[in-house]
Amino acid sequence: MPEVILKVKNLNVELDEEKIIEDLSFEVKKGETVTILGPNGAGKTVLLRTLLGILPYRGEIEWLKDVKIDYVPQRLPFIKDIPMNVEEFFRLKKASKKETREILNSVGFEENFLNKKIGDLSSGQFQRVLIAWALVRNPDVLLFDEPTTGIDIGGEETIYSLLAKLKEKRNLTILLVTHDLSVVFKFSSFVICLNKCPICQGIPKEVLSPEILRKLYGEEIKFYEHHKI
Amino acid sequence: MEQFLLSLISGIFIGGAAGYLGTLMLPKKMALVAGPLGHLTLPGIALALIYGFDVSLGAFPFVILGIILIWLFEMRTKLPMEALTAIVFASGVAIAFLFLPIEQAETALVGDITKISLRETIITVVLCLLIFFVVKKIYPQITLINISEDVAKAEKINIKKYNFFYLGAIAIIVALGVKMVGGLLTAALVAIPICAARNLSKNLFQYNLLATFFGIISTFLGILLFKFTHFPAGPLFIMAGTLIFLISMIFKK
Repeated sequence: MPEVILKVKNLNVELDEEKIIEDLSFEVKKGETVTILGPNGAGKTVLLRTLLGILPYRGEIEWLKDVKIDYVPQRLPFIKDIPMNVEEFFRLKKASKKETREILNSVGFEENFLNKKIGDLSSGQFQRVLIAWALVRNPDVLLFDEPTTGIDIGGEETIYSLLAKLKEKRNLTILLVTHDLSVVFKFSSFVICLNKCPICQGIPKEVLSPEILRKLYGEEIKFYEHHKI
Repeated sequence: MEQFLLSLISGIFIGGAAGYLGTLMLPKKMALVAGPLGHLTLPGIALALIYGFDVSLGAFPFVILGIILIWLFEMRTKLPMEALTAIVFASGVAIAFLFLPIEQAETALVGDITKISLRETIITVVLCLLIFFVVKKIYPQITLINISEDVAKAEKINIKKYNFFYLGAIAIIVALGVKMVGGLLTAALVAIPICAARNLSKNLFQYNLLATFFGIISTFLGILLFKFTHFPAGPLFIMAGTLIFLISMIFKK
């Protein structure tokens, strides 16, 4: 039985007097890939930020002792204002040139990529750089917020197969926010459906019934059912 | 000759430190904040000119007051920072002109570094070295905070602590800057070198080096121009900086 790496009990998050997450409880086991599924505004990003300790909350969040967590946000809008190359971006995390080179290799970049300006990267390349950046210091857990926002379908495939490969190789536990059902089925071993209140949780194939999805997404479900088949 | 050297040394140090610090201020429109903060120092400069003490000393408490006010207003109203700084700086200029003697308005508005004393020069150099040291120390953390506060928090960076040193450095450079370019032109002291440097830089190292260098060279050129033309030195620094920026556009990568 794998060890429990994160235990959340009766989590409540309120921002500006608005309830964003209500009474959420779940557990994540080591090596699992957990997706947090829900429509826009469901509190998915807020959940990730709360798990990171950025937002105030009521309830319990208990990470396994000494666990190393890293976070890849949805967008970094200001980064292109700074004329910085890839190597310098990694140096912000005190990564050595050797370590940076190795990690970049593991996500499929050549050595000369170190000198590329961040502002000149395509969205797909930038997302892969962000994933690589999150791997500095060998984290045990990676939290991803919609890792394929703004990337075309081909690029999406690359990102998810990369994540799957890295997960195997580095024994990572992954928590991933998405509103895309296909990602949940293809990629995750456990799903938490959230629309402010917890709607369901469990193994995707078992818990994501049309009824549950209708409850989660309302009318949008027609599209998703079709997609699933 | 001695007076010329003192002005040159102070100018070069202020220009270089402003350029280097400015590289942290490009994202989130922070470079523009230096302008309103400079305007806000005008009442302090006016007091310094009336009672005959160092203008930077008069300016400093007003910059601190400005930073606190903008921060408080932002927390309370959630209005965009640009809008709030507009309120704060307009008030600063208005208050200053209520009691600023008109014959000293030019010094207050566009600065005058050409009469700087030896003691003031030594203090300026020490403070600029302090800014270089502090900025170098906080550079990676503030860059991360600029990129994303969430990422910085996930990295366990104490944002309040680093912002305190960052804003402190900004307050000092604005207070020193008003001596050089007056309360009206401080934004340019920070903004022009970084814009020119950004046009030509492929990485952070070049960006820092060029912004510092452009800050120094525009001051140097400004003081030389003053020596020959006897126009006010403050505007000449800015014009030299603008010229560098225009040249940088030709070579933009």
